[in-house]
Amino acid sequence: MAEKTIAGTQVKVTEDGYLEDMTQWNEEIAREIAKEIGIELTDKHFEVINYLREKTFAKEALTIRSVGKSGIVDIKQLYALFPKGPLKFSSKIAGIPKPTSCI
Amino acid sequence: METKEKKPLEKVCIICAKGNLEDVYASLVMANGAVMEGIETNLFFTFFGLEGITKKSMNRLHTATTGNPAMKMPGGLPFPTMLGGLPGVESAVSSMMRKQMDELGMPPVDEFLEMISAGGGTIYACKLAVDMFKLKKEDLSDEVKDIITIGEFYELCDGDRTQIIFT
Repeated sequence: MAEKTIAGTQVKVTEDGYLEDMTQWNEEIAREIAKEIGIELTDKHFEVINYLREKTFAKEALTIRSVGKSGIVDIKQLYALFPKGPLKFSSKIAGIPKPTSCI
Repeated sequence: METKEKKPLEKVCIICAKGNLEDVYASLVMANGAVMEGIETNLFFTFFGLEGITKKSMNRLHTATTGNPAMKMPGGLPFPTMLGGLPGVESAVSSMMRKQMDELGMPPVDEFLEMISAGGGTIYACKLAVDMFKLKKEDLSDEVKDIITIGEFYELCDGDRTQIIFT
């Protein structure tokens, strides 16, 4: 575990750079993490991110399949928003733990 | 000086040569997992593996109830081979298995193929096997990009961070 300052806020992050505590998250942190990955966040990104956070708060397991059926984006659009890491990058930006699903 | 630079995998070429439920799913899970990690992915179906991309059969794949020593009865007792040979048993066991997979959130084969394509993975069928089983392009899933020879498959496997996986 390490302390890191993201967008002016001191947060705890894992070795891979995921937030330890998802309540420390805010939109500025999301933008900063996204920038590091190389993604400029749009409203559509935030719709997905908020969905991921809601589901994680509700302790529901996330898969790209479930996001694809959320009604927000289909799987192709999810890949377009978060290239090369539809679940990994979106989770990191959403401040939730690294995905543990294989699908 | 010793360098510790990581060299992540850039491309995988996965070959699915068997048509059992578990073999096809092994290939699909590995291919989809690679796509999700941003790894360029080619998935090549050959021989009985073609069952996994043939429209008629792909969503009703079977698992073997005879000659499968790992098969268990519900509850964990060994599954008697004699029982596995009775008509209808393999179908029933296979549909039970597919149901359990569905409960775990595993998609049916057609949807899995769509997911892999949607992420940029490419699906191919082996020309020799397609000819042998007298199949046509239209018999295969719409997600199959092309029917190719083994030579063309190897051309797709270029690059020094590429792995070929045979399941």
